[in-house]
Amino acid sequence: MYELLEKEYVTDITIMMVIKAPAVARKTQPGEFVIVRTDETGERIPLTIADFDRDAGTITLVVQEVGKSTMQMGKLGVGDGFANVVGPLGHATEIEDFGTVVCVSGGFAVAPMYPITRGLKEAGNHVISILGARSKDLLFWEDKIESVSDEFIVCTDDGSYGRKALVTEPLKEILEERGKEVKRVWAIGPAIMMKFCALTTKPFGVKTIVSLNTIMVDGTGMCGGCRVQLEDGARFVCVDGPEFDAHQVDWDLMMARQSYYKPEEQLAVERWEHRCQLEALA
Amino acid sequence: MAELTIKQRRQIPRHAMPAQEAAERRSNFSEVALGYTEEQAIEEANRCLQCKKPPCVDGCPVEIDIPGFIGALHDGDKEESLRILKSKNSLPAICGRVCPQETQCEIKCVLAKKAEPVAIGRLERFIADWDLERGAATPEVAEPTGKRVAVVGAGPAGITCAADLARLGHSVTIFESLHAPGGVLVYGIPEFRLPKDTVYQEFGCLECMGVEFVPDAVIGKLYTIDELLGEQGFDAVFLGTGAGLPSFMRIPGINYNGVLSANEFLTRVNLMKAYRFPEYDTPVKVKKKVAVIGAGNVAMDSARSALRLGHLQAAGVLPAGPEEASTEPLEVHIVYRRSPVEVPARAEEVHHAEEEGIIFDFLTNPVEIYGDDKWNVCGMRCIRMELGEPDDSGRRRPTPIEGSEFDMEVDMVIMALGTSPNPLVFRNADDLERSRWGTVEVKDEKTGLTTKPRVWAGGDVVTGAATVISAMGAGKAAAGDIHRYLMNGS
Ligand SMILES: Cc1cc2nc3c(=O)[nH]c(=O)nc-3n(C[C@H](O)[C@H](O)[C@H](O)COP(=O)(O)OP(=O)(O)OC[C@H]3O[C@@H](n4cnc5c(N)ncnc54)[C@H](O)[C@@H]3O)c2cc1C
Ligand code: SF4
Ligand code: FES
Repeated sequence: MYELLEKEYVTDITIMMVIKAPAVARKTQPGEFVIVRTDETGERIPLTIADFDRDAGTITLVVQEVGKSTMQMGKLGVGDGFANVVGPLGHATEIEDFGTVVCVSGGFAVAPMYPITRGLKEAGNHVISILGARSKDLLFWEDKIESVSDEFIVCTDDGSYGRKALVTEPLKEILEERGKEVKRVWAIGPAIMMKFCALTTKPFGVKTIVSLNTIMVDGTGMCGGCRVQLEDGARFVCVDGPEFDAHQVDWDLMMARQSYYKPEEQLAVERWEHRCQLEALA
Repeated sequence: MAELTIKQRRQIPRHAMPAQEAAERRSNFSEVALGYTEEQAIEEANRCLQCKKPPCVDGCPVEIDIPGFIGALHDGDKEESLRILKSKNSLPAICGRVCPQETQCEIKCVLAKKAEPVAIGRLERFIADWDLERGAATPEVAEPTGKRVAVVGAGPAGITCAADLARLGHSVTIFESLHAPGGVLVYGIPEFRLPKDTVYQEFGCLECMGVEFVPDAVIGKLYTIDELLGEQGFDAVFLGTGAGLPSFMRIPGINYNGVLSANEFLTRVNLMKAYRFPEYDTPVKVKKKVAVIGAGNVAMDSARSALRLGHLQAAGVLPAGPEEASTEPLEVHIVYRRSPVEVPARAEEVHHAEEEGIIFDFLTNPVEIYGDDKWNVCGMRCIRMELGEPDDSGRRRPTPIEGSEFDMEVDMVIMALGTSPNPLVFRNADDLERSRWGTVEVKDEKTGLTTKPRVWAGGDVVTGAATVISAMGAGKAAAGDIHRYLMNGS
């Protein structure tokens, strides 16, 4: 069992969890992920590592309550545990001193972006961070990101905080103003956001890296369920990624594959909510 | 019991295996073959001629004394029969169920020349099941040697190696990347062919022997092989990581939704128990027109699992989404580019698949998969094949017949085309030589010693996808050599 040491709701639907996993923490590098399973009947789900502390032997995961498994995590208390935490998996982010870089994160992807931003900053880059969310109440960790950025822009879709804009708007402005300066862009968030970031940067010829969150089973290259179509053929996200050149990805196919099990996920959520209601009554 | 003459023995017909009826078993995941009764087993044992130079033994990859164990069974000495079996095969309940006997021992049986061979596999299973039923005793463990061995991968090769080394007094730790031990026996081969209870009973109580099991440990990532031998303080490492990497055809449409590797499909169903969704969280889609590409055991297991899921859904046991709830009849096809003669699966599985209503499309090869506007599979273009001259494998090479393309209506395609070793374990282990196919090169097949000092390997990771018995045998052989090394230091 992997013990849950700390748990905090950073927004109404976003949970931050600190988990004891010393062997995993010892090896973790920015950009890598773990596969977790809550209990014996649980599914194996991939989660990007949002932070790690080698001395304390902990990793931090941030999840949004969207499906049955993540809702169940919401019910876990400090001292409870996960049946399995497998990792670190995937390749670490390629971090070096590129010069000026832009890190765009959407929604709860602020979490996986944090160790990457920190790594880039520590490597000597001039880091411009763009944070986006639908509204103010879905934003978190602005202070953490800001503390490792040289420039910092926040926008919300509804204008309830920061600039009223989609993340692609400031991204485009920066590229128009200082296109030559920007050596690399990272974009992590919902697939649709990553797709539009890719479309935004493409005309400027700036290399853009995305971290893909496809469906996974094992996370070790065994099933191929995670595969993504790039211009020159398919790749397994779990072992070849999770980061890829955004301009190579077949986004529409990827999004279709992500939603293959939507009806089943819906059913599992309904069943879970029903069970929670019954428990509340009892 | 009165001794029979050879003529009398030859007149006894081979005993059929009691099995669940096809119509019934199509809607459950319980074991199909039920096992001989004691009378059937003894009668069948009576058929063995007790050859002085038994050809069947030559066919057995681990050279079990077949007439020996059958003779003891015939004499009513099950204990002795078991002892003979176990001296060569640590996993007889498993191998009795899944070995391809018809191409190994039974094909060589002298009876096979004129009639049907002795049912060696079924007798092996009978003895092994008898042992498991009475509750196997914990094996004795030798005095601790103070030596530590890391076994990577908990498939039949790794488990056998670990158990043998523990018995010899070494301290063994098994590192497994999945959450459960068993390898292919647990994530690949379905319950209806190999019950998981049987697998775990046969593995025995490894903890009682002092073996430590570490799940969730992906070697190559969590620890490298060098770290196991260095900071982690192991004296030797055995690699039994199997051949778990799936291959996909290089044809248009291969990444559409609804095209899965057999590994993904079977892992969802077996390891993650998707056939009990939503009680278990992992879902699996069950479609109406399923094509499984390939005709090995993996293909049969996939096709028969798909068929069962379809029937469970029709019976309302498994929930159906709107697309699956249609009343269209279920069709599961095996699409194979060669002819029935070349089918590599166990004969019994092919026979069971036919009985259950799987449709076989021989000499047929997919060339393109069609998708609808949501990137879901909606059809498959195939081409007819003909057999030409024999190729390297000695089988006649299939070649496409020009202009014979046709379309098949399918909504799910499962690729069961063979697998190769997963390279993850070899990260940062460049001094471990591997072949062009990604398999580990061993200096001597009898020991499994690799080119990297203090590292042994065996099973599918060395041979490429093969059999449970050969993996078991390789684990056993390596354990012997590792023991020799640990005690002599050379
Ligand atoms: C569906 C299917 C049906 C089959 N049917 C038959 C049959 O009827 N008869 C027969 O004889 N054979 C059959 N086979 C083949 C047989 O199962 C294999 O040959 C046998 O299991 C190989 O054993 P192994 O111990 O070498 O590897 P595996 O059983 O593959 O076990 C390897 C283990 O290593 C683990 N592992 C891999 N990489 C790492 C890593 N980096 N770190 C830690 N752990 C790792 C894996 O998770 C796995 O648990 C079948 C195979 C499949 C897939
Ligand atoms: S070849 Fe057949 S008859 Fe002869 S010993 Fe083997 S099983 Fe018995
Ligand atoms: S998750 Fe199975 S291969 Fe990537």
